[in-house]
Amino acid sequence: MAEHAVNFAAASKAALQDSQLRGNFRRAMDGLMSKRAVQFADAKEWHTMRALAASVRLRALAKLPELLEQLETNLTRNGIQVHWASTTAEANAITLGIMRKANATLAVKGKSMVTEEMHLNAFLEDHDIEVLESDLGEYIVQLDGTMPSHIIMPAIHLNTKQIAHLFKQKIKDAASTGEDAAALTDLARRILRQKFMNAGVGMSGVNAAVAETGTLCLIENEGNGRMCTTVPPVHIAFMGLEKVVEKLEDVPPIISLLPRSATGQPITTYVNMISSPRKEGEKDGPREIHVVILDNGRSSVYADPELRDTLRCIRCGACMNHCPVYTKVGGHAYEAPYPGPIGKILVPQMEGLAKRGEMPHACTMCNACVEICPVQIPIVEIMGRLRVEAVHPSASVKDSGARASKTEALVWKGWAAMNSSPLAYKIATTAMSAVGNAAPGSLPLLKEWTSVRSKPRFAPRTLHDLARKKGIPNV
Amino acid sequence: MSDARAAILGTLRRTRDAHPVTPPPSDFTPLAEKQWPPEERLPRIRRMMEAVHTEFLDATEADWPAVVTDFLTRAGAANLLYAPGTADGAKLANAHSPSPPRGEGRGEGDAPQPRTSQEEVSATPNTDAVAPPHPNPLPGGERGNIAGDLRLIPYDRPIEDFKQQMFEGIDAGLTGTLGAIADTGSLILWPSADEPRLLSLVPHIHVALLRADALYDSFWQAMRDQRWADAMPTNALLISGPSKTADIEQTLAYGVHGPKRLVVVIVR
Repeated sequence: MAEHAVNFAAASKAALQDSQLRGNFRRAMDGLMSKRAVQFADAKEWHTMRALAASVRLRALAKLPELLEQLETNLTRNGIQVHWASTTAEANAITLGIMRKANATLAVKGKSMVTEEMHLNAFLEDHDIEVLESDLGEYIVQLDGTMPSHIIMPAIHLNTKQIAHLFKQKIKDAASTGEDAAALTDLARRILRQKFMNAGVGMSGVNAAVAETGTLCLIENEGNGRMCTTVPPVHIAFMGLEKVVEKLEDVPPIISLLPRSATGQPITTYVNMISSPRKEGEKDGPREIHVVILDNGRSSVYADPELRDTLRCIRCGACMNHCPVYTKVGGHAYEAPYPGPIGKILVPQMEGLAKRGEMPHACTMCNACVEICPVQIPIVEIMGRLRVEAVHPSASVKDSGARASKTEALVWKGWAAMNSSPLAYKIATTAMSAVGNAAPGSLPLLKEWTSVRSKPRFAPRTLHDLARKKGIPNV
Repeated sequence: MSDARAAILGTLRRTRDAHPVTPPPSDFTPLAEKQWPPEERLPRIRRMMEAVHTEFLDATEADWPAVVTDFLTRAGAANLLYAPGTADGAKLANAHSPSPPRGEGRGEGDAPQPRTSQEEVSATPNTDAVAPPHPNPLPGGERGNIAGDLRLIPYDRPIEDFKQQMFEGIDAGLTGTLGAIADTGSLILWPSADEPRLLSLVPHIHVALLRADALYDSFWQAMRDQRWADAMPTNALLISGPSKTADIEQTLAYGVHGPKRLVVVIVR
């Protein structure tokens, strides 16, 4: 992966011109927002529940190293093998090792955003291992050869017609399938059932890992997660190191808020809690379970007390649904595993500000995401902090200072000087009133502003002038 | 790889100790407050689960095998996978067996013992496709074909021994439950050696028995009352409807990977 800067502005410009895409997102996000609002009609319940969920996540972060050790101890005691990976490359290598040992050439995967961070599918395919995404949305995106555009609804950028067309192109017996969602879903069911049956390894993410009992909790609607974690002889679960919670009792608050925030459902169809591989006498379930605990920059996020709050996230995606920027440009414009508000604060910290310096700027700071975040992450504050980090070298964030610009620094220095001296201020504002309107918008510095906005009209008299004329004292 | 472990835990510990967090206390009151009067729990569960296409049947301890058989026959199911080692499974088999010592102790009491149908059905998949008429048909008259067309298949061996049949030849699966949750309309299942995990996942129709007195207000309450944290099973599940997706343009479609239909039999 090259460390060149990802150009969000260019990608979003292209997205904005795609009216089909904008329509797809607008409709979907409007639907999701109104469904969520119904779930949280009781304001008191919302406030107390999110305070509880936030406390659960904060307590987990307060004891993070101890809880990870306790989790490892209890998982191991339960017969689940634990692997640690500092980088995505290490995690990929661990996965390949497990697959090779199991002689597996086909893996089925339930939704896992951590494996998107790892680019695991591409890595395994390079080693002649087939990985099939089994969540319907992920399956569609995989067929299309693209990335998920939303962490909960990966194929939200496509409409039914586009998906029907894709199926016709890529699946042999799709020609006779109708173009409605039910028929397309049924086709995917038939194809994927064969794969569940034959896969040597099942892969999944983890929504919460319970230190107290050594339990992996997964939530989903389709049943593909249960298939992946029950049918193949080996199950590999991938989790970011922040996914641990202290007690089993800490799971219900998360299970309650996550689906309600994400899709406006009171609960997902399945809550799947796994504490052990197949025991003696049991007739199904994997004989081996592996958990890969991935760092990939999270421990440096954790190191900074302000940025640490990024790790509270439970990946509900509600911040995307409510973000005015995300809704207009869609998920692909970010070119990142995590788009939208949480992506804008998480990805720059993981991948560095040289590559991702634009991301924290793709935000109007409207605070909508902060208001609906079920674990009260101060997303906008962190966004502001990252903007500062991008221009000021420090030890806190990878590649901080990467966007520092001498010109910009000079402009702000001048701006400060002008505003701190009454004489300089008077001269400057009088000059702007007199000749500002005559200055062409194409001037250097001004151009940056006028390329996307109309040039402001300067009033013929300054505010101070007018006030003085009115006889207001002390101006 | 243990290098990664040491590095990760080292960084976390060092930086946490440099900037410790004091989390606010966790106040579980909002979960404790999720309560419904006992008589409202079942209607609420039913309403919430029906909203996501779950079907309900009413039955008694005495007649649930007949109710299940009748429903599945009408639904066009040719067979039913069940757990022969559970009390419910034994009862079902007993109700289907051709000439068991059925003293009609139905209703209360312990699970019936006979397991006669187990070998018969499993060993000869085709020859005994036609079971005898149900001994306890529902009132109303379709005796004859009520039990006649539904073949019982016991889940009595490791999945590896009949994977293909499981995926391609099973119409319905029957499980018990540990109860249901009023807050979200969810069934609680703890699969076991006797009642395996795939019974509630692979068959197109999942039939679940719910005892009408095993109802909880919330997941949190159920977990505390049943003391889950003391000893978690291999797999614990909440199931709140048939398998579904909205991944194609937010249009709800049922029966993606798991059961297309979830049928809850309320046993009083």
